[in-house]
Amino acid sequence: MTQLVWNGLFVGSFYALVALGYSMVYGIIKLLNFAHGDLYMLGAFVGFAILGAVGGVSSSMALPLLLVVLLATMVLTGLAGVALERIAYRPLRRAPRLSLLITAVGASFALEYGMRAAAGADPRVYPVRLGGTSVEVLGARLTLQQLVLVGVAVVLMIGLNLLITRTREGRAMRAIALDPRTSSLMGIDVNAVISRTFFLGSALAGAAGVMAGAYYGKIDFLMGFLIGLKAFTAAVIGGIGNIPGTMLGGLLLGLLESFGTFWLGGEWRDVFAFGVLILFLTVRPTGLLGERVTERV
Amino acid sequence: MTGTTKVRRVGAAKPPTRASKLLQNRWAGIAGLLIALLAPFVNASGYALSVMTSAAIFVMLAAGLNIVVGYCGLLDLGYVAFFAVGAYTSGVLSTRLDLPLLVTVPAVIVVTVIAGIIIGAPTLRLRSDYLAIVTLGFGEIIRITANNLDVTGGPSGIYGIPHLTDSPVVFYYVTVVIVSLAVLGAARLGRSRLGRAWRFVREDEDAAEAMGVHTYRVKLAAYIAGAVWGGLAGVLFAAQLSAISPTSFTFLQSALVLMAVVLGGMGSIPGVVIGAVVISILPEILRDLADYRFFIFGVLLIAVMILRPQGLWPSRSKEVS
Repeated sequence: MTQLVWNGLFVGSFYALVALGYSMVYGIIKLLNFAHGDLYMLGAFVGFAILGAVGGVSSSMALPLLLVVLLATMVLTGLAGVALERIAYRPLRRAPRLSLLITAVGASFALEYGMRAAAGADPRVYPVRLGGTSVEVLGARLTLQQLVLVGVAVVLMIGLNLLITRTREGRAMRAIALDPRTSSLMGIDVNAVISRTFFLGSALAGAAGVMAGAYYGKIDFLMGFLIGLKAFTAAVIGGIGNIPGTMLGGLLLGLLESFGTFWLGGEWRDVFAFGVLILFLTVRPTGLLGERVTERV
Repeated sequence: MTGTTKVRRVGAAKPPTRASKLLQNRWAGIAGLLIALLAPFVNASGYALSVMTSAAIFVMLAAGLNIVVGYCGLLDLGYVAFFAVGAYTSGVLSTRLDLPLLVTVPAVIVVTVIAGIIIGAPTLRLRSDYLAIVTLGFGEIIRITANNLDVTGGPSGIYGIPHLTDSPVVFYYVTVVIVSLAVLGAARLGRSRLGRAWRFVREDEDAAEAMGVHTYRVKLAAYIAGAVWGGLAGVLFAAQLSAISPTSFTFLQSALVLMAVVLGGMGSIPGVVIGAVVISILPEILRDLADYRFFIFGVLLIAVMILRPQGLWPSRSKEVS
């Protein structure tokens, strides 16, 4: 029982990290960035490339090294997100929503199969593997590495929340979410803030990618597809556009999946998750913490 | 409608060139049908026939998705789910109950309509982007379910589905006739009262609602029509291959159909048909580029949306703009 809860929270913290980027971008420019899951995949591969360039490391140094690689990857993936926004989304910001959605699907495709062309179709094995000692807490078996990964995820999420609620930058983001035109009249550089939002969201996805690579050990070019869907589900459960709600949604989805897998069997896990998504959209489309949004005419 | 998009207005305001007048010609459809009917006389090898039959089925899929995306402006990213529902329904019924394939068609229609309502009813009330991702999830649900259930044969799928006819040439002609009827039907639907309502919803949902269009019902109608087209294409697919498995119904397939619709020109029947033929035959010609194919598709989707959102062969509305 506690094992199930722990597994759920662990997977959920990954979902939450990826979902945050989804939610931030959606909250600000109302765009579903389908390529977001692929930025997660990109992060995993960037981390893989950096680790490969560094070469062999002793296992005692694995964790500190991984943290450094994590930071570097976050910067690079963040820049990739900024480039993506600049090339694919900015020219269409005033276009009908359908065009933007289709562009996002195209971007997702380009990232996935561009990576396939660059790195090959076969899964890659991560050079650094976090395995190791496990401790028993309240009947649940958890490893030190899992704790560290959850810790990193929590630190990143708290940092993001502080940034959005307490800083000038965060205030600008919230202003743009309310009304981009008026914000620009008030002297906010809308394009720059949107770029930085993409940077943050993509950096978080990249961090989740490296962590997933180091934990599960295997990465491939389609790994972002499913987690992108799951992250969206998490964002919807919590209330898309709402940062604490999204974190909650991620953890909740992790728990739901963990228990769903236990009751129904692993092969139904994804069906269960999407079933929950459809149910949620039927019963409470604004999510747990989201507020009712009326579309402006 | 002011303030929608600059790009689209430029495209629509252009005076018709000679080339586009030629393309607009009503004989274009008949010429296309003639090419399809005469193609086996040029090359009737088994390989060529199977490629052409697949292309025809793909045209039907694109025509169906065009109702949802092109006419009504709803993005369906799991369209292949209906294709799968149709193929599996007819496959299961014909192999388990020993029914001929044609008899399963009414059941296929009923099942796809129900599937369309299950997915459409809750999501069509919401913002359109929710629909996109729910349909994406639905596509995965159908594929995984088919993979897990015993009645659908699990990962190895269903085999031994009866053919419609024994000769591939006859089957090709049967397919071409059915697909032509489906394309014609979609075009007629687009010009009907319902079709006008769809385009109104696409251009401005709030204005349509204000003018008395029951937008929810109209959108659901588009979604269900698309589902039925996809399901019937699935029956043809099952009849062609006589074996189906979950690997034929991945997200990649949905994305390719979407690509065909977007590339050809959303809402334009000749454009969509050409787009579907190009998308399904191009990979056979460019086998060497297989590794880069989908990468190029992705870049092309972005480029088309930015540079030419109306597609290669846009529809020109007959109504006064």
